[in-house]
Amino acid sequence: MRVQKCKGSRDLSPAEMARFRTVESAFRAGCARWGYEEVRTPTLEYLHLFTSVGTLTPGMLGKVYSFLDWNGWSGERVVLRPDGTIPVARYYIEDRAEKAVARLCYVANVFMFEETGEKDRERWQCGAELIGVSSPLADAELIALAMEVLKKLDLKCLELRLSHAGLIRALISSLGLNDEEQTSVLDQILDGNIDVLARIRPGKPELARALASLLDLRGKAPGFLHNIKALFVRDMPQLVAPVDNFIATVDLLEMLGCDYQIDITSGRGFEYYTGVMFRILADGEHIGGGGRYDDLIPLMGGKKTPASGFALYVDRIMGKLAPETAKSQTPGVLVKVDATSPETVSTAMDIVRGLHEQGFVARLDLGEPTPDLGWTLDMTESPFVLANRLDKRRFTINNVADVLAVLGEEDARPNRSA
Amino acid sequence: MPVRIGLPKGRLLAGTATLLEKAGWGLTDYHERTRYYRLQSSRFPDLSAKIFHEKDIPIQVAIGNYDLGICGLDWVAELMAKYPSSGLVKIRELGYGESVLYLVASKAEAVPMAEMQAKSDIIRIASEYPNLAESFALKLRLRRFCIFPIWGAAEVYPPENADLVLISGRTGEEIFNHHLVAVTQVLGSTACLIANRDSWEAKDLSEVVASLEEALATMELAHPTGVDTAPTGEEYAPAPHGPHVISIALPDGHQQAPTQELLQTAGIQVRKYLPSGGSRRPASNLDGVRIKVVRPQDMPLQVANGHFDLAITGKDWLLEHLYQFPSSPVAELLDLKYGWVKIVAVVSKGQPATDRHTMKQLGARQGGLRVASEYVNVADKYARDNHLGIYRVIPTWGVTEAFLPEDADLLIENTQTGQTLARHNLKIVDTLFESTARLIANTDSLADPAKREKMTAIVEILRKATEAS
Repeated sequence: MRVQKCKGSRDLSPAEMARFRTVESAFRAGCARWGYEEVRTPTLEYLHLFTSVGTLTPGMLGKVYSFLDWNGWSGERVVLRPDGTIPVARYYIEDRAEKAVARLCYVANVFMFEETGEKDRERWQCGAELIGVSSPLADAELIALAMEVLKKLDLKCLELRLSHAGLIRALISSLGLNDEEQTSVLDQILDGNIDVLARIRPGKPELARALASLLDLRGKAPGFLHNIKALFVRDMPQLVAPVDNFIATVDLLEMLGCDYQIDITSGRGFEYYTGVMFRILADGEHIGGGGRYDDLIPLMGGKKTPASGFALYVDRIMGKLAPETAKSQTPGVLVKVDATSPETVSTAMDIVRGLHEQGFVARLDLGEPTPDLGWTLDMTESPFVLANRLDKRRFTINNVADVLAVLGEEDARPNRSA
Repeated sequence: MPVRIGLPKGRLLAGTATLLEKAGWGLTDYHERTRYYRLQSSRFPDLSAKIFHEKDIPIQVAIGNYDLGICGLDWVAELMAKYPSSGLVKIRELGYGESVLYLVASKAEAVPMAEMQAKSDIIRIASEYPNLAESFALKLRLRRFCIFPIWGAAEVYPPENADLVLISGRTGEEIFNHHLVAVTQVLGSTACLIANRDSWEAKDLSEVVASLEEALATMELAHPTGVDTAPTGEEYAPAPHGPHVISIALPDGHQQAPTQELLQTAGIQVRKYLPSGGSRRPASNLDGVRIKVVRPQDMPLQVANGHFDLAITGKDWLLEHLYQFPSSPVAELLDLKYGWVKIVAVVSKGQPATDRHTMKQLGARQGGLRVASEYVNVADKYARDNHLGIYRVIPTWGVTEAFLPEDADLLIENTQTGQTLARHNLKIVDTLFESTARLIANTDSLADPAKREKMTAIVEILRKATEAS
């Protein structure tokens, strides 16, 4: 039996980890600039944290990795967190509820079973949550932060698509469906199938017309929403409040100079969202999104607290970074040592430690076929010789001071010149 | 081309035997009192059949040990609820063995579904179908729930030990006591023919399937309709309750008779203790004590949750529980000395392995050991502790000895004399531990001043009776 990784999981190679860290650093730097504090919640949470919200669909909860802990005789299950926002909301309720406004961010892995095993079952997210503010300005801030991070990463062909959960809910409730039908339609939309709306044939023809115009058309400016409002105001008065809220956010984005598209159907899978929702695409691929979730914290037993947030999907963004420039030769020293001589090994370790203390790269030669460091220190014979691999200059060395004297001349410390 | 089929024992055996007889398979040893697990068909020489507990069949077919299987649709649904992408295809329903799965509550505490959904307290659901129970609870969007998987006797759990039970109602069986009411119907089930997906897609099974189709054409098929849920079982007398009441679980099955004997020696009269005209809620001459009769397998978990203060179960099931939950608040108080078995590791006689060391080589040689057991946690710990390398534990629900050698490499099994094992060409390679009946208690109850005195008194009576017998 060959040893192999679990189906649906992935290893990140050193090159991929470098890309991962690039995304993470850009995100954390952006968050710091906007005043978001980083938190880390546990990988394990109780299952009931996610069932108690009452808005995650059975289809989603059925894919959660859940199990009984070693003290789980009560049947209380724990899960590998399937979502980043709910644990942060839990943290806020437990630890930060006294703060009027909390700006929190996180980098976390989330787990969700995926049947074919061809897609990742463990994914990484960079998320930011702005808790305690209900104004459209908060939504605009989050969108600005997300777009700023992605631009720093030089991502091309970014698109921002906006929808509104309150608008979709109001739409469903105005279609004259019974309770069971409403739940079923909502569940299907939450599971990602927004086409279900297009298949509903409302009794009144004017409703059908209004629905079609909402679902088929794409808007580029607040004017679009004003037009929609004019169209609905008589037949579906309950749509007015969410549309007004939507307009307020879009007005702000206009002021910020953000390009966006209004596309109601981009709001599939909105789970706990209540207001404006956004999706970010790069080259047509969905790389992040978020929205307003004013009911989540009260549903979880916290005080009535408005909030909104977003998450960027690290795995997808990594694949979109521009390829790294060819790796230049790493400056530093490769130390060859006779391992059978304790005295030489001790001197070698002193030299390596001394170089590290001064910020140089230095490593022992353990038989790698192609050393990629600029200098080689041969300690297998006396006297020790430090040689430059390119121009073949050679220096006799007795101790770390001699090495530092040579290297100090042409400072080979990483990032020195940068 | 050889075709392998898994056939049920138990409640579906008679109906299946009738069907296969009509289909002319000529399986002479497929009857209630058979001593064989492997059957050959006189009509289809390439066909080999093996008898399993019904619940094992979907698993065996899904993992590809069998091409075909016959079992209740309920057990297929139970597997698919947890593993929707498993390699199982339902071919057709066979029209006998009808049953209906109900979600049942105590009449006294049953509330409308909407109220149940709004509850933020923990809703306790006990069932032999834990996967279906969980997916149904998610579907109902219950906010917070716990599933207690149990081996049986679900009907006795509400209201004290469970808020809901998911239970199979079968025609002619008495499950709905006077105090139970069906909240909703979850699934109608009959016996059905299932196939392994790869076998069905690639292998020619047509002769065998056609013979069943012909036989079915001549039979009258039933469809699962609601089972009469009018009260048919025992009268329900409200049991004593309150903080001072001691709740005791007594075992059914093999341990029932010796337990009855011990109680008599101790001077404890338990009236109508199963099985003759008995009750799962027998009355006794002990004041302030409530007794329920449940499966010994289920007791440690129930005691851990404080559903019972005291219980009589086997050491084997106590360890099975403690290996899963090492810090569980269950304490063993008394060795009651009866019900002796030893828990052993068993391989096929043809295997060269003679002890735990040579067993390791067995696993290494074939790239992984398949360990079948009713005691999944005991088996798992045994494999871990003995460095058996790459292994898989296959849970079984009885007749585990039938699994060797085709469907498992190693069994962790209980035995008294070893005769059954020897008859099936198996040999014992290791003894894990010996087991007898034990009196167990919830440690929180023992520490509770309201209960301690009465519990200690009962323990003392049983200790003296054990010493006397």
